[in-house]
Amino acid sequence: MDALDLARWQFGVTTVYHFLFVPLTIGLGVFVAGSQTAWHRTGKEHYLRLTKFFGKLFLINFAMGVVTGIVQEFQFGMNWSEYSTFVGDVFGAPLAMEALLAFFMESTFLGLWIFGWERLPKRVHLACIWAAAIGSNLSAYFILAANAWMKHPVGYEVVDGRARMTDLWAVLTNSTALAQVPHVIGAAFIVAGGFVLAVSCWWLLRTRDGMWRGAARAALVMTAVAGLVVAGSGDLSGKLAYEQQPMKLASAEGLERDTAGAGFTLVPGIEIPKVLSFLSAGDFDATVQGTEDVQRRLEEKFGPGDYRPDQSVVFWSYRVMLAFGLSTVGLSVLGLWLTRRRRPMPRLLARLFVLALPLPLLAVIAGWLFSEIGRQPWTVAGELLTAASVSPGVSLTEVALSLTLFTLLYGGLAVAEAVLLVRHVRRGPEEPAPAEVPAERLEPSLMY
Amino acid sequence: MIDLWFLVIAFLWTGYFVLEGFDFGVGMLAPFVGGDDDEQRQSLQTIGPVWDGNEVWLITAVGAMFAAFPAWYSGLLSSFYLPVVLVLAGLIVRGVGLEWRGKVANPAWCDLGIVVGSALPAFLWGAIFADLLLDGALPALLGGAFTLVLSLLHGAVFLALRTEGRVRRRARVAALATGAVALPLAVVALSTLASVSGAATVPALAAMAALAAAAALIWRRREGWAFTATAAGIALTSAAVFLRLKQAPLPGLTLAEAASAPYTLTMLTWIGLITLPFVLAYQAWTYWVFRKRVALPR
Repeated sequence: MDALDLARWQFGVTTVYHFLFVPLTIGLGVFVAGSQTAWHRTGKEHYLRLTKFFGKLFLINFAMGVVTGIVQEFQFGMNWSEYSTFVGDVFGAPLAMEALLAFFMESTFLGLWIFGWERLPKRVHLACIWAAAIGSNLSAYFILAANAWMKHPVGYEVVDGRARMTDLWAVLTNSTALAQVPHVIGAAFIVAGGFVLAVSCWWLLRTRDGMWRGAARAALVMTAVAGLVVAGSGDLSGKLAYEQQPMKLASAEGLERDTAGAGFTLVPGIEIPKVLSFLSAGDFDATVQGTEDVQRRLEEKFGPGDYRPDQSVVFWSYRVMLAFGLSTVGLSVLGLWLTRRRRPMPRLLARLFVLALPLPLLAVIAGWLFSEIGRQPWTVAGELLTAASVSPGVSLTEVALSLTLFTLLYGGLAVAEAVLLVRHVRRGPEEPAPAEVPAERLEPSLMY
Repeated sequence: MIDLWFLVIAFLWTGYFVLEGFDFGVGMLAPFVGGDDDEQRQSLQTIGPVWDGNEVWLITAVGAMFAAFPAWYSGLLSSFYLPVVLVLAGLIVRGVGLEWRGKVANPAWCDLGIVVGSALPAFLWGAIFADLLLDGALPALLGGAFTLVLSLLHGAVFLALRTEGRVRRRARVAALATGAVALPLAVVALSTLASVSGAATVPALAAMAALAAAAALIWRRREGWAFTATAAGIALTSAAVFLRLKQAPLPGLTLAEAASAPYTLTMLTWIGLITLPFVLAYQAWTYWVFRKRVALPR
């Protein structure tokens, strides 16, 4: 165990943890904005109650996303100074744009929304939650453009041992990013949809309030549509990986040798003939590269070394992502069908949706593990190895201390967040206020 | 182009110190100027709508450093590894405390998070920059103490300006008390800085004058002007620091060595020119929307 291993663990732990909160921020923000819009359009009280109820859950979660996000931005410099110096010219630009274009908008307008209920005109107040939600989604685009560049670097040249950007547009329209952005944002909407669905079904099992059926239906639509987007962009990502990241694709399938007409392995031992070739290249007889042959070619190009990522982690995380992601989407399509044309939600199904709450989150975590461990041993594919990226001046003790501190802090906060969310879900939305004035006056203390 | 981007980064850090300075001060003072939970909530509500937007100044400053001066960004953060870890831990517990305080059964944990999470970065940023400039434990301690007290003063003046009733009166007393500590500290800290850097002398002297004026203005209950003066004091201190850093952002590193290539800097300049005016405008608008003094929650 050396400083490099611990720095990798720290990056993994803090990033996965950060991404427990991000999808809810991205998807739930739009859901809250949507229900406030419905209230604005129709004036129906229950839309306002939904807005405030899910708004509060959104805020509890949002705080965690923000504070754990700062760690991410700092960590590149703290633990990966060699990487940062090498890539800053290219990689820093989308990060700076993320802060300028997205984070300012998100945080400023969210502050206006929280405290602006009685101070802003209704339309302006509605615009604030939309601006915040758009800001969250924009930030996802920029950070994913930066992330995609690590796997498929474009628009740069290496001068004096540092990457120099030659084309910002190429970086921002990297094919890898354009496939990854809808995939990740779609996944975020599935997580948020699953969350709204679980909460609404929990209440459906306990009350007769028709509002929860409406919320559950909206969440089902959101999850099903996002599911289509995720499946489509996932397919596209697979085809791009075939061209750009052959080692990752081969590792995902446990394919050792270059194979024409390669089959798709469901689980070890069960293989569907030729499907991998078809999914990768649109041709049942196309040759898919295998790990051992890619390894040989990479050794010829870059010299001796092991260029294979951890095979079992990549293989299984890919399957967990597919299984949990597809089952969430499948359940939501089933739910849409069974509740069609004002049919009530079957109680068994409602129970199932409550229990299915963790599925999309597990799929998202597995997806990130697959994507980033599958990139190893590189930080920047073909340019910089992870082992050469770490900060040379940061000692094992220092990383051990910070990893311990972050883990303890994050663990404690996760428990607190879960308790807080459960309590507010159980408490439910506020009853409609008897008169306008007292309710308005109560607002700041309720929201803060 | 390199000078311009150094200026942009200095501006972003300065904006961060001025804006988060009072957030930190209010965070530390809230339990003390608020006699009961209502008054404490009244105090925290002065920063409620804005603290998160203010924190983005830091994220943008650091992001801009990453893009424009990668070697400076990575050198600074990796060489001050443990202090930066503590800054982050502070920002985490402060942010969560502020957002969760109104939603938990017992806010005591949140209050602890807000106080500790405001004090840690308020102290550590001063310590980090002092150590960077003057290299040593004593200057770091002095710099940290200075920025901690400066944040307290700035926050107390902000509270006096933005609240009414008992909290406003107590905030004034707190401002006078912290002012009495801040002034001698300012003289020692800023003259130490001026002694190693000729360029920093003028802003350092001006910062001292601004802080002295702030103390006098709060005594005469001119809260708006007093806040202007503490903001100027912090901005001028930051200017003195960055004038010194311009010669060597890190020991043994020049700006030109640390900088990104002209193409990147040009692109960043266009993006900054287009977006920054909007950011400044809507942030200013937030302060305008919430300009009314915060009363006790009923």
